[in-house]
Amino acid sequence: MNAPIRRMSTVVAFLFATLLISTTWIQFGEAKSLNARDDNRRTLLATYARERGQILVGDTAIAVSKPVDSEFKYLRTYPSGALYADLTGYYSFYGAGGGLESTENPLLSGSSDKLFYRRVSDLFTGRRPQGASLLLTINAKAQEAASSALGDQRGAAVALNPKTGEILALVTKPTYDPNPLASHDLNAVDTAYKTLNADPARPMVNRAIAGNLYPPGSTFKVITAAAALSSGKWTPSSQVPGPAVLTLPQTTVGLPNSGGRSCGANDQVTVQDALRMSCNTAFGWLGLQLGGDALREQAVKFGFGDQVSIPMKVTPSSVPAQLNPPQTAQSAVGQYDVRVTPMQMAMVAAGIANKGVVMEPYLVRSVLASDLSTVETASPTVHSTAVTPEVAAQLTAMMESVVTDGTGTAAQMSGVQVAGKTGTAQHAPGAAPHAWFISFAPANDPTVAVAVVVEEGGNAGDQASGGRTAAPIAKAIMQAVLQ
Amino acid sequence: MTIVSRFRPTRGRNVELLLVVAATAIALLAYINVGAATHGEVPSSLLVLGGGFLGIALVFHLVLRWRASYADPILLPIATLLNGLGLVMIHRLDLAHGRTIASGMAVRQLLWSAIAVALAVAAIIIIRDHRVLRRYTFTAGLLGFVLLVLPLVPGIGKETNGSRIWIGLGPFTFQPGEVAKIILAVFFAGYFVQTRDALSVAGRRILGLTLPRGRDLGPIMVAWMASVGVLVLERDLGSSLLFFGLFVAMLYVATERTSWIVIGLSLFAAGAYTAYLMFSHVQTRVLLWLDTFSPDALKASDQLAKGLMGMAAGGMVGTGLGRGRPDITYFAESDFIVPSFGEELGMVGLFALLILYVLVVERGLRTAIGARDGFGKLLAAGLAFSVALQCFVVGGGVTRVIPLTGLTMPFLSQGGSSLLANWVIVAILLRISDHARRPLPDPGPSAIGGAETQVVRL
Repeated sequence: MNAPIRRMSTVVAFLFATLLISTTWIQFGEAKSLNARDDNRRTLLATYARERGQILVGDTAIAVSKPVDSEFKYLRTYPSGALYADLTGYYSFYGAGGGLESTENPLLSGSSDKLFYRRVSDLFTGRRPQGASLLLTINAKAQEAASSALGDQRGAAVALNPKTGEILALVTKPTYDPNPLASHDLNAVDTAYKTLNADPARPMVNRAIAGNLYPPGSTFKVITAAAALSSGKWTPSSQVPGPAVLTLPQTTVGLPNSGGRSCGANDQVTVQDALRMSCNTAFGWLGLQLGGDALREQAVKFGFGDQVSIPMKVTPSSVPAQLNPPQTAQSAVGQYDVRVTPMQMAMVAAGIANKGVVMEPYLVRSVLASDLSTVETASPTVHSTAVTPEVAAQLTAMMESVVTDGTGTAAQMSGVQVAGKTGTAQHAPGAAPHAWFISFAPANDPTVAVAVVVEEGGNAGDQASGGRTAAPIAKAIMQAVLQ
Repeated sequence: MTIVSRFRPTRGRNVELLLVVAATAIALLAYINVGAATHGEVPSSLLVLGGGFLGIALVFHLVLRWRASYADPILLPIATLLNGLGLVMIHRLDLAHGRTIASGMAVRQLLWSAIAVALAVAAIIIIRDHRVLRRYTFTAGLLGFVLLVLPLVPGIGKETNGSRIWIGLGPFTFQPGEVAKIILAVFFAGYFVQTRDALSVAGRRILGLTLPRGRDLGPIMVAWMASVGVLVLERDLGSSLLFFGLFVAMLYVATERTSWIVIGLSLFAAGAYTAYLMFSHVQTRVLLWLDTFSPDALKASDQLAKGLMGMAAGGMVGTGLGRGRPDITYFAESDFIVPSFGEELGMVGLFALLILYVLVVERGLRTAIGARDGFGKLLAAGLAFSVALQCFVVGGGVTRVIPLTGLTMPFLSQGGSSLLANWVIVAILLRISDHARRPLPDPGPSAIGGAETQVVRL
C-alpha cells in the first residue's frame, strides 16, 4: 500500500500548491484592483484612519480632521461652515470633491510623492503617517467682506493680488455647508447630497471659476480699449464716433447706447470718455475698425482660452472666432457669444494693474508637513503679458475716470484712488441683466484687483446695473484688503 | 552476504520539547503583538495565559514521553502552534467586536482547547495500540452514519447559514460531522483491510482500466449516496466532498486501483452537477464562486467578496496583527479565519500557515508508510488525507478555487467540535507513529552478524 500513499502525498502537494497560487493571485496579483474597489470598506477606513492635513487661512483652520471615538478615527470638519466651501470642497464617503480636498488629495492624505522622504522616516520611527497642511493665499477679511457684501444674491467675486497672482478672496453664491457631506452618518450624507443636487440655484457650482460662463458686458470694453491703444492708431484722447445708435453693416439692427443718447457733441467722443460713460457705439465702432481677430488676440493675451488651475480648474473664457462685422461690434461691448469667468475678468483687471503683466492666479501659498516644516512654497509666475506698461498706464487713467466721474462712482473710497469698469450684461430677453464690476486699487500702486458679478441683477432686478449693484461689493472687498 | 545493522531511530522527544516551547513562544509573541497594536501595551494576562497554554502542551509532551516515546516529534508542536495562533486571532476579533475577555469567544476556545487536549491525552493513554480500534470496525460504521444524519433529526438538528450540519443539545452546539470524519476513517480502514483483496483483484480490463465486478460496487454506491444525501439534505458541499474524498482516497490506497478514483470522481461530478441543476442554494453557491463581484452575487452574500478584499488589504506582508480590519467579514473567526490571517499576516504569513499544514499531512503520510500493519497504514493515510482535503476545501473556498462551503480550518477556526476532532486525529497519528517508529524487539546478536568483518583498517 506504500505506492498509493506516496502518490497521495503528490496529490496533497498539488492541493496545497493550488492554495499557494490562489493566495498569491489574490494578495499579490489582484490586490491592487480589489483595494481600489468603490465598495471596499477597508480602503475607506484606512483613508479615514489617517489624520488628514489641515487647510489654513492665516492661523485659522478652515478644514481640520478631528479625532472621534468611532471606527473612522477622524471626522473632517469645516469650522467656518459655508464661507470657504468652494475653496476646500468636501471630504465624504463618496470621495472628495468641490475644491482642494479633491485636487490636493495626495498632499492632504499624505500619499503624495512630495512627502516620500517623510513617509520613509515615519516607517522607521513608527509615527502614524499624517497628511500635509495647505496654507492658503486667502485674506480672511476680504473673503468675509465679499461673502457678506454679495449676501444672498446669486453671483461671484474674486480678488487677486495683481503683483503675485495670489487669490485673496473667492466667493460664489449660493453656496453650501460642507459639514453634512463629511458626516459619518451615511443617511445624513445622502440627504445633504440629494437636497443640494435638487436645488435649482445649483449651490455646488463654483460660479467664480466654472459653471455657466457669463457674458462680460461692458467690462469687456477694457479689452477693446487695450486692443485699440495697443494698435497705435488711437490714444485716450482720440475722437471716435459715438452716435446714439451705431449702424451696423449687413443688418438692419443697429447697436444702441443704453441711455439711447449720443455720447458727445456732434456724435463724437474721446476714447477715454467713451470708457468713462461706457459708450456702446464708440466701442462698437472701434471693434469694427480693429476686427474680430484683433479683439480675440487681445483677449487671449489676457488669458482667454488658457487652461488655468488654481489648482482647481478654471473654465477657459472665450471670444468666438470668425465673427462677421455685426457680431464683431457686439463682441467689442461684451455681448454676442463672448463668455467669461469672474476669475478671468479679475485677471484682466490685475493685468492692467500690474503694468500689463498678468500673473498666474494661485490659491495655495505653501505646503506644510505635519511638523509644520515647509514642504513647498508657491512662487509667483507670469501668465502672460497683455499690454505694454504705457498702454497699461493709459488704461489705468481711463479706468480711474470711470470711478471718479463715470459709471462706477459707487466704488469711490476716501483717500484711495480706485480704477474700475462697470458692466451690465444682457443675456436673455426679458431677464434682468448680470451686473459686473472690475477694479483695482490703489490706482498708483495696486495691491488688490477685483471682479464681481451679480446674476440677473440680484436684489435690484431690472433696475440693476454694474455701477449700482456690483461696484459697492467690489468696494467692500478692496476696503477689506487695504485696511 | 549482507550485514543487517540495526538502526535505532531517534525518539526526538527533546526536539519536541524544544519545538513546543518555541511554538508557545510564537503564539505568545502574536498575543503581545495584538495587545501592542490595540492598546499600546503588553497584555497583563500574558503570564497566566502563556503559562497555562505552555502547561497544557507540556502535559501532552510528558504523556508522550511516558506512553508513546517513539511518536513523531513534529506533530505536537505544530498542533500547539496552530491552536495558539487561532486563539490569538479569535481574541483579536473579540477585541474588534468589543467583547470582553470573559464574554469573548477566545476564552471558550481556550477551554475547548484544554478539553480537546485532555481527550487526546486520554486517547494516547487508553489506546495503547491503535489496532484495538479495528475491533470496532462495524460499530464505527454505524456510529459514523448516525452522526452524519444527526443534524437532520428534527428537534436536534440546527440550520445555520443555510447549512444543516449542527446539532444543539441544551446550551451546546456541535458539528457531528467533525467527529464522524474520524469514526468513518476507522470504519473505512477496518472494512478495506478485510475486503481489499476482492476489491483489488477481481474485475475486467476495459480501456486500460480494471473495472470492478458489479457486486463489489456496493460500498462505493452506498458512500456515494450518503455523500449526495449530505449535499442535498444538509446543504453542505464541504462535508460531502470531505466524506466522499476520504472514502475514495482510502479505497484507492487499499486496492491500488486507479479505476476506483475514476469511478469515484465521475460519480461525485455527476451527483454535484445534478444537485446544481435541481437546487437553488447550490446554484447560488456556484454563482458566488464564479462571479463573486457581480451585483446578483453581492446581493446574495458579500461575505466572500469582503474576505477577498481583506486578503487584498493585507497584501504581501499583511497589516500586522491587530492592525487590520478582519472583523468586517462575517464569521472571520471561524469559516473565514484564513482571510483573517491573510489580512493581518499577509501572503507570507498565510504561506507559513499552509506549510505547517503540509508538514502535519506529510508527517501523517510518512507514518502511514512506516506503519507495519495494513489497518494502521490505511487509518493514518486516511486521517492525514482528511486534514489535507479539509484545508483545501476551506482554503479553496475562501480563495475561489472551489465553491465556498461551511467547513472549519483545522486547529485555527473557532469551534469546539473541530478542535476536539483535530486533536484526536493528532493523538491517533501519534499513536500509530509511535508504533511505526518503535524498533522491533531485538532478536539478539547473531554469531555471524555480530562478528568483526573488517580485517584491514585504513
